[in-house]
Amino acid sequence: MKLYDGWKIILGLIVFVGFFTLPIWLNLSSAQSKVKPQLVYPKDAMQCVENKDYMNHYHMDLLNFWRDSVVRMNVRYIVRNGTVLTHNGEKLEMSLTLACLKCHSNKEQFCDQCHNYLDVKPYCWDCHVQPKGGLK
Amino acid sequence: MIDRRNFLKIVSFGGGIFLASKFTYDLVSQSEPQQAPITGLRAKRWAMAIDVQKCEQTPNCKECIVACHTYHNVPEFNNPKDEIKWIWKDKFHNAFVTQENPFLPKGMNHQTVLLLCNHCGNPPCTNVCPTKATWKREDGIVMMDWHRCIGCRYCVAACPYGSRSFNWRDPRPFIKKQNPEFPTRTRGVVEKCTFCAERLARGKMPACVEACPSKALIFGDLDDPGSEIRQVLSERFSIRRKPELSTSPEVYYLV
Repeated sequence: MKLYDGWKIILGLIVFVGFFTLPIWLNLSSAQSKVKPQLVYPKDAMQCVENKDYMNHYHMDLLNFWRDSVVRMNVRYIVRNGTVLTHNGEKLEMSLTLACLKCHSNKEQFCDQCHNYLDVKPYCWDCHVQPKGGLK
Repeated sequence: MIDRRNFLKIVSFGGGIFLASKFTYDLVSQSEPQQAPITGLRAKRWAMAIDVQKCEQTPNCKECIVACHTYHNVPEFNNPKDEIKWIWKDKFHNAFVTQENPFLPKGMNHQTVLLLCNHCGNPPCTNVCPTKATWKREDGIVMMDWHRCIGCRYCVAACPYGSRSFNWRDPRPFIKKQNPEFPTRTRGVVEKCTFCAERLARGKMPACVEACPSKALIFGDLDDPGSEIRQVLSERFSIRRKPELSTSPEVYYLV
């Protein structure tokens, strides 16, 4: 069997595959992504309710657990080792607005950084109110 | 070779041992609290009494409505089609449509009456909810979980008191003054009075009760014979809205 204009076809295929996989090659050559989430952590660093690694990976599960606990079981305060956690003398509630945002008060510099990076769109903010910027 | 009599003896003895040990184990394991205690004001049967006579003395007073709607970020559309209401006023003859007595005291039919969710003992709205977004709590509050509401409006149709409102539009632009401590709702969600479950949990009375300048709203536990609400209900005659529907409403009107 003879492949007519074989070199043109094969060259075309090589160019096509190379172009199609260009993003992979670019990423490999630069070794890491140029865009990275830039999280701003609160300055008066109080201990978070869980450690950083856990919060990085499972904060959404924690928030879902809080939601069910507060709304459906009417258990409201964050308890660790039998005592209620406090912040500036106030008992900490299992609440996005009343606990998390007390320290992480800037949504754009904290929540949005990773959410935008990963293109996830949690609908928390459709109802829960941001501390700054008000509604929307 | 084991005979029938001995076989039955062994089996029943073994079963007895198993049941006894399981019973003891359950008793022991239950003696430890499984979760953090529920804090704040607690009751077995929350209810409200509304003194219609006191309320009538200040017909233009809207303190309770303003307090509730501000606290809970209730939008104001100025359009009865889109209206969201947790607590509102209406004429006596509209509130008590099945009150068949044609000879009421003079003017009573045109008195304004304060209306809100009755937190029924037998709520029709919770029975029809397909997602359990609304349910009756053990303390009597007919609670809502807005995370779960899919906006089917079965509950709106089921409620015989018109206590439930549906968000036809995005409510956020119509909230005059926002309370950041309480969430708003989104378009496509049903909402109603929750007897301020979140305030009770923090040890506070409901916003309307706290705001009423003439103390016409009495809130308390019907299961507690010494409570203020039981006292006032034992002293004065009260009626409820549409009791013949056997929904067992828990808002009592002192007339």
